[in-house]
Order: sequence, then C-alpha cells, then structure tokens
Amino acid sequence: MKASKFDIGNLFLVTALFMLVSGLCFGILAALIYLFPDFLKQEIGFASLRPLHVSSAMFWIILGATGCVYSGMKAFIKDSKIKVIAMIQWGLWIIAIIGIITSYFTKDFGGKEYWEFNPVWALPIALAWILFLVNFFLLVKKIKNWPVYIWMWMTGILFFLFTFSENYLWVFPYFREHFITDMTIQWKVNGSLVGSWNQILYGTAFFLMDKISNTKNTGVSKFAFAMYFLGLFNLMFNWGHHIYSLPTEKYIRYIGYIVSMTEWVFFIKIIYDWRASVSTIQKHYHYFPYKFLMAADIWVFLNMGQAILMSIPAINIYTHGTHVTVAHAMGTTIGINSMILFAACFEFLKFNSTNNNRIKYYKFLFWALQISLLIFWLSLNIAGIKKGIWQLSDNQESYSKMMESLRPYFIVFVLAGVGLMYTLSSLAFGLIKNMFTNNHSKDIVTH
Amino acid sequence: MKLKPTYVFLILSVSFLAYSFSIYIKPLSAKEDQRFNKKMSSDGQLVWQNYNCQSCHQLYNLGGYLGPDLTNVISNPNKGENIIRAMVKSGTKQMPAFNLSDNEMNSLIEFLKSTDASGKADPRKLKVNSFGMVE
Repeated sequence: MKASKFDIGNLFLVTALFMLVSGLCFGILAALIYLFPDFLKQEIGFASLRPLHVSSAMFWIILGATGCVYSGMKAFIKDSKIKVIAMIQWGLWIIAIIGIITSYFTKDFGGKEYWEFNPVWALPIALAWILFLVNFFLLVKKIKNWPVYIWMWMTGILFFLFTFSENYLWVFPYFREHFITDMTIQWKVNGSLVGSWNQILYGTAFFLMDKISNTKNTGVSKFAFAMYFLGLFNLMFNWGHHIYSLPTEKYIRYIGYIVSMTEWVFFIKIIYDWRASVSTIQKHYHYFPYKFLMAADIWVFLNMGQAILMSIPAINIYTHGTHVTVAHAMGTTIGINSMILFAACFEFLKFNSTNNNRIKYYKFLFWALQISLLIFWLSLNIAGIKKGIWQLSDNQESYSKMMESLRPYFIVFVLAGVGLMYTLSSLAFGLIKNMFTNNHSKDIVTH
Repeated sequence: MKLKPTYVFLILSVSFLAYSFSIYIKPLSAKEDQRFNKKMSSDGQLVWQNYNCQSCHQLYNLGGYLGPDLTNVISNPNKGENIIRAMVKSGTKQMPAFNLSDNEMNSLIEFLKSTDASGKADPRKLKVNSFGMVE
C-alpha cells in the first residue's frame, strides 16, 4: 500500500523529522563550544546555539506527537473541515518555526529557559494548539468508550495548552516582581509541559502496541487506565522535585517529593512485565516499530530509575544543577520520546523494503544509535557526578578549573554526539526518502 | 461502584487548578523587601531574559551549565557588583562582551540583588532532615 504523500499526519511527522535533523546540527555545534570555547563565539555564540538546539528538539517531539495523533485518528478524518483546520495549524507552526529560528539568529531573545525566543512567536504556537484541540474534539466526538490512548492524547493536548499559557505569566509584573513565585511557576510549567507531551507519546505507544499485536486489549485494560491516572497525577503534582533547593513553600517541595515516589509503581511494573512483553510482541511482524518500542522500554527503565533517585532530596542535592540533569533530559528526549516517535514514523510512514542490504543498514543504524546514546548518557552522568562532588566539597577549586577537569568526559560526550547525529539523521532522511519513493507492493518488513 | 474515567479526570483536574491558584496568589501575602527596588529588579529580569543569560548561567542551580550559578554572586566576597559590571562589559574566555546600556546594567544588578536577597543557593548550606527533605 502506498503511503499518501498528502496525509496530514505524515505532513507533521516529516516536518518533525526535519526539526530533529536541525536540532542535531545545532546540538553538535553547541557541544563543540564545551571543547573549544572560542568556537563561533563572535559569529553566533552559545547563547543562540543552545536554544536553537533545544527548540528544534522540542519541536521534533511536539510536531511528532501531533503527527502521531493525526495518523492514529486517520480513520476518522473524513470531514474536509478537519483537514483545513489541520493545514492552518501546520501553517501556524511553520510561521512560528521561521520566526523563532530568526529570533535566535538575530539574538532577539526575551523568553524563559527552553522558550527563549521573542514571546511574540508564542502566539502562533498557542493558536495552532487551540486548532489542534478543536480538531481533536471534532475527531473523537463520535467515539464512545474511549480507549486509554484517546484519553492520553486528550490530556496531553489540553494540558499542553494550559501550561504553555502559564509559561507566559511572567509577562505580568505581578508575577515577575516576586522572584521565588516566578521561578516556582517556571518549573511547574517545565515539569508539566514535559508530562503533557509524554501523555501524547505514551498514548501513541499504547496505540502502536494494540496495532502491532492486532488486539484491542492494551488500550482498554483497567491496568492501562490505572497507569494513565498515575501518570496524570505525576504530571500535575510531581514537578516540585525540580525546585528542592529553591526557598519556596515547604508543602510544594513535599508534594513533589511524595508524588514522585509513586513512580516506583511504574518502575516495578516495567520489571514485572519485562519477560511477558518480550515474548508476546516479538512474534509480530512490525519489525522496526517493535524494535524502537522495545528500545524505549529499556530507556524508560534506565531513565525512570535515575529520575526516582534524583527525586530523593538527599541525592538531588548532589545531582541538581549538574550534567546528571542533562543526562536525564537527553536520556528521556532521545531514549524514550525519540524511540517512540521513530516507532511511530516507521509504522505510520509505512517503511517498507525488500532490499536486504537496506534492512541490514537500518539494523546497524538502530544498534549504533543505542550504543552512541548509552556512551553519551554515561559520559554526562559521570561528568555530573564529578560536578556534584565539587559542589558539596569544602575546599572548592574555581569553577573554570572544575570545568577543565571534566574535559575528558566532554570529549567522549561530543564523539558520542557525532554518533547520535549520524544515526538519527540517517534514520530521519531514510524515512523521508522512503515516504516519497514508497512504491513497493509489500507493506510490512517481515524480518 | 464503578469509577468512571471522566470523574477521576475531573477530580484530578480540579485539584490541579486549586493547587495552581494557591501558587498564583502567593505574591499577595509576600512581604516587601527593602534591600532592592522591586520595579528595577523586575526590569532586570527582562534584561536577564533578553540577553539569554540563562543559557549559560544558573539561578538556584537551574539554568545552563557552561558558567557558574549567579544567585548569590552579589554577596560573594570574591565577586560582587563591580566584578559583575566589569565581566559583562569585557567578557571572559567563553562569554562574549555585552554592550548593555547603563539602565540595563543597573536593572540587571538590581535583579541579582533580589536573587541574592531571596536565599542561599549553595548546596553546602542545605541540610537533610529525617524525612529525607532538604531544608
């Protein structure tokens, strides 16, 4: 079956893949500054490269998540009004992306961390998201007894809009004039926004599991709903673990601490389900979607273990503000979000090949990606632990000397980053090329 | 009794909204701090954002990783206001020089005074209580 080139879900997925490649290019340039401080210092500088990398990576996830929802709901997109709204939504995103990239290149900043662009570009994003919400409800209005993934998609879309708006409360002097409240809200937003797109992506993972196993069991089980509500509970209340060291109200920190500990339930369940999941899904034919979902499962295990430990305040004082936090952010963004998105891209963009060499090459890319990410993650963690020890030592050497001592780990981190760039870009371009040249009669890779 | 997903969702959402608003109203009960000018400090935060200082520097260990945390840089005996002014103007090995106007520079300094007055960010000053929470 030929994948439709004008499919709205595909349009978002392909745009997301381009953002991924953009994020990787800017990420490598930014990482090189850790090794060569003068690199591009005058031309563009770290202050522009970091947000160019971060925003591109976030747009890869957000646009990819949008594409997953539209692709998952493809069967319900019959109304031309929905397609028109979705096209306007996509157009607003393109306007926002062009504006934001220009904003960074011209150093026209103004926003908070992770959203550093001139706040005017938040408007097309907010408008696009409102249209997404409208479209979503138009799509699901006739569906009764929603499976869990539709609940998760709805939650992700709704809470993204709420927290994204909350992200701009600093515009009002009422909030800005109270530094601690302002920072509390900033990290409440950052925590909940990640939770929002995770809801959409984990929903997509549930959708794919049902599709791959050709059953409707996963999406309607009581356990899936219990996990969904536990995830939602964490999205809403666990963000306090970001701000243990901020002198905000004690109850905020305690709520964050206690709620974060409920994530142990997920963690134990992952271990409990491990063997069962391998034996059931493995039998099916969607080779690459399955491989990427399994990889995401392993990265969930590693990152959740790390996150739970980091949520314990006594450990958090060692890891907070160090590269352990970066390792966690990269581990979840690449290891979990990107693996689920690649599973979705391979499924929805109908990757097919009967060419054995091509299949072998993609298998190589898959494994090279996992190895590069593991080295990348470990090097950042070690650098972070070393910085954590420095932070708490009584006889601190200067900050620059401490950073200089981390140089060997930064070299490994940059080299592993090159590996990530090569593998992820090759996969992204391969999928885009496949979509535009897809004319094989065979639908699914059966290796 | 069968608990419908809609009810659970609504209960959680209302709790979340109540929690959010409890945070939004905090400034109403906050005491005025005389150690800095509130309006100037608020403008200084915009300078901090407009020059994207957060890309390299942290406040309360939240932010970038290339440069040091600046929460208490004003009261640091080895740094302080004058050093900050000089560093911003001339740049360092990694940091480019910034051409701030006098107004922007004064506002930025006022913002850093307000972060300094808000508490201590040095993890060595934190204590872990019997519940495992830092104080």
